[in-house]
Amino acid sequence: MVLTSYINKEIDFDDENKQLLEEIISHGLSLGADFVEIFLENTDNLSVLVEDDFITSVNPSFGMGAGIRIFKDKRDGFVSTNDLSRKGLISSITQAIEMLDINLTTTKSFDGLEKVRNYSINKNNWLKSIPTVNEIGEKLLSSTKCLKKEEKVNVRKGSYARNWQKVIIASSDGTFAKDIRLHQTVGLNVIALDKQYRSSGSRRFGSSDSPNEFKNWNHEEAANEVLNSSMSMLYADYVDACQKPVILANKFGGVIFHEACGHLLETTQIERGTTPFANKLDKKIAHEAVTAVDEGISSGSFGSLSVDDEGMEPEKSILIKDGILKKFISDRAGEMRTGHKRTGSGRRQNYSFAAASRMRNTFIAKGNFSKDDLISSISDGLYCKSMGGGSVGATGQFNFAVEEGYLIKNGKLTKPVKGATLIGEATEVMPKISMCGNDLELAPGFCGSISGSVNVTVGQPHIKVDSITIGGR
Amino acid sequence: MRDLKEITNFITSSAESLNIKKWDFGASFSNDFSVQVDKGIAKQLKASQKQVLTLRVWNNKNLVGITTTSDLSKKGLKKALFQANLASDYGNKNELTDFSPSAKDPIKNIKEEKRTPVGIKKLLETLRIAEKELLNKHEAIKTIPYNGLSESFFKRVYANSDGAHRSYEKSQAAIYLYARAEENDRKPRSSGSVKIGYGLEDIDINSCIDEAAEKTISHLNYSSIATGKYKICFSPESFLTLINAFSSMFNARSIIDGVSISNKDSIGEMIANPLLNVFDDGLHEKNISSAPFDGEGTPTQKLCLINKGKLENFIHSESTARIFKTKPTGHAGLGSKVSVSTDWIVVERSENVLSEDIDLNHKDYLGKYIYVEELNAIHAGVKASQGSFSLPFDGWICEGGKRISIEAATIAGDFKTLLKEIINIEKNQYLTTSGISPHVWVNELSITGDA
Repeated sequence: MVLTSYINKEIDFDDENKQLLEEIISHGLSLGADFVEIFLENTDNLSVLVEDDFITSVNPSFGMGAGIRIFKDKRDGFVSTNDLSRKGLISSITQAIEMLDINLTTTKSFDGLEKVRNYSINKNNWLKSIPTVNEIGEKLLSSTKCLKKEEKVNVRKGSYARNWQKVIIASSDGTFAKDIRLHQTVGLNVIALDKQYRSSGSRRFGSSDSPNEFKNWNHEEAANEVLNSSMSMLYADYVDACQKPVILANKFGGVIFHEACGHLLETTQIERGTTPFANKLDKKIAHEAVTAVDEGISSGSFGSLSVDDEGMEPEKSILIKDGILKKFISDRAGEMRTGHKRTGSGRRQNYSFAAASRMRNTFIAKGNFSKDDLISSISDGLYCKSMGGGSVGATGQFNFAVEEGYLIKNGKLTKPVKGATLIGEATEVMPKISMCGNDLELAPGFCGSISGSVNVTVGQPHIKVDSITIGGR
Repeated sequence: MRDLKEITNFITSSAESLNIKKWDFGASFSNDFSVQVDKGIAKQLKASQKQVLTLRVWNNKNLVGITTTSDLSKKGLKKALFQANLASDYGNKNELTDFSPSAKDPIKNIKEEKRTPVGIKKLLETLRIAEKELLNKHEAIKTIPYNGLSESFFKRVYANSDGAHRSYEKSQAAIYLYARAEENDRKPRSSGSVKIGYGLEDIDINSCIDEAAEKTISHLNYSSIATGKYKICFSPESFLTLINAFSSMFNARSIIDGVSISNKDSIGEMIANPLLNVFDDGLHEKNISSAPFDGEGTPTQKLCLINKGKLENFIHSESTARIFKTKPTGHAGLGSKVSVSTDWIVVERSENVLSEDIDLNHKDYLGKYIYVEELNAIHAGVKASQGSFSLPFDGWICEGGKRISIEAATIAGDFKTLLKEIINIEKNQYLTTSGISPHVWVNELSITGDA
């Protein structure tokens, strides 16, 4: 048992805070908790918005907080607070204990925290090396200027967001880690207008732990991509509802796998009984052309992290290998409740959420075909060049909007169509992914779920789905 | 610091030391408690204490800078003032912002509904019983995968350097129960119910259980639907979902930004069937979430948005009202760019409309139609700036007094066209968690089912 000295203190993010954290953890265990975890967070964020040719919003924000989680058997209680004083933290952990109605029988031993694993070394200067508001504003203004090329473009927007987060994670198994995370995103949006015709286009780009990434961002290329997309769709007809083969483009096309299948491979879904894959480990759930990966280690990718929010280094998880389900995405509670080993995927939006099993960089691995091979294999189908948002219901049915789509006739792309939605169920669609291209690319995004909104990447090469329901008019 | 007076005094003195003469802030303080269960076992119990303050300052060029923080220590507030002052160098020169001219107007004396916390143990016990009762309602109901019971206690404040100073406190509790039912060789079905009240004692838990069970069980027997165009009856919930999804058509901020299907000259246009009246009524007595003032301190008010099919008013913040040469309407959210949003929509059938011969009523209409019970995936399937939608829904094929649940389908259309194609609005209004509405009938919309 760690000796505690009751001193008045509060968390100092420039310090290790080891003694104070050990005191809080010891207090929780002395009251009967099986396990105690403390997550401390200090943030410094900035967002900038440019509309047309003017900066219209500069919004800095900062804050700090603590999330304290305790486990007793398989139950857990979670308390979050902005009060980082010793008194505030003791009060929070006491509240968590009271919530679980613990009857003290035996107390777990605690040998103290390990030597801190400091992942923030070499990251302390990031806030000084990221772009200034002036630099951000200038680049966004250049971007919206590029969007001016088309006179039918009525709305031009460029936005930037930076999220800097310093975290300290400590738990009663000795875990003790600190890290600094930096996420930057930049987005472009346009609305084109001509009489009764309207279209919109948007793209978002993002990076993690790369202070200079925004400076290197090719805004002209991005602007051209957004412009071309919105102008292609301006006069597009609505698609007819039908059942057809589709080609899903690479990069953000991976959002369908993320939503429709990836979430069903999180242990939180097993706990809830809402995944059809719960008892399918080592069984075939997809076409043999499909290998799918979730990892948190690709340098600079939006979903990468040095350490997860439970203090574990992320691993590369092969979820599906040649169509066979090989692994679930698991966090601490998931391992405790379902038996699936942790994968370094315990993630949360901020201190006010308990960590949960969440995806990181999730993608379908590349195959051997070219994009042209895929398109030429279809006589009548739909090419989904750009995907919008989507959702998956409690029974596994998904629904995704196609932002930019083209009909395929006799192996060739023809006219653009709008208003398409892809409808299906993972168990039915996964076996129908029959061809994977050789052009895997990732795209950043935000994923909202049980532990809030977290940064992820989705990705895939171009893929062919043999048949899917297309919603239209 | 959590005391309004203390915060205001500190900001006043600190602003003076930084030569900041004009400022305002909005802050909220909350204590939340929530529980979830899984077959009687407490799954996750949560408590949180949160505080957040958004501070605006005006510099000597009258440009506004802003900062948001959860650090309400003296050090934190000083940093917030300093950062906001720096940010004011980048204030929007093309759209100046001021205090709301109504920020010191008297606010309607609404009763402060604040209950006493019942505590986590009581919440847990109540939810356990609710889950058990719902599971016992039908053998096909295997799990309640999405469930929760929460209570929240909060205080909101607004103050500015011109002496405006207002606050209110409230409490709110909510329960949601979403059941999943499965029968042999049939697809799983899921549905549920949400109820809210000022406190746990105000929530009708039994009706939440009954509604969740009834909805889930009723969908067990389902059928596919052929793709095509159908006559539609929207439930009150689903029609309110659509109105809220396209509320940018009433939103002056969205109009200025070019992301609304309305424009500055749209007031007075016939945009819907004359049967339709729509109000925004944040202070409605049934609105549990009512707030007496908005983010800029402007008193909340009832506003007619559509009157007998005619677009009547837009909702405004201070700056949009100035551009439109009108008054703010109490719909602003404090932020770097002040947002505007509706509070609580009330839909009604207009009076003095000669439509007595309309016999469309969801209780006795015998012709074929589709009843849209609940719309899903709104964030993905609505293009508010273009006026189009394509949404999955839970619903029914109704004909000859019989109905069968639809296996899976999406409904698509253009919202402006839909408003004009309304063929009836029933008389009876129903209270939902997001507003009040009767059933609304639309002539024809596209449905994708079996292609």
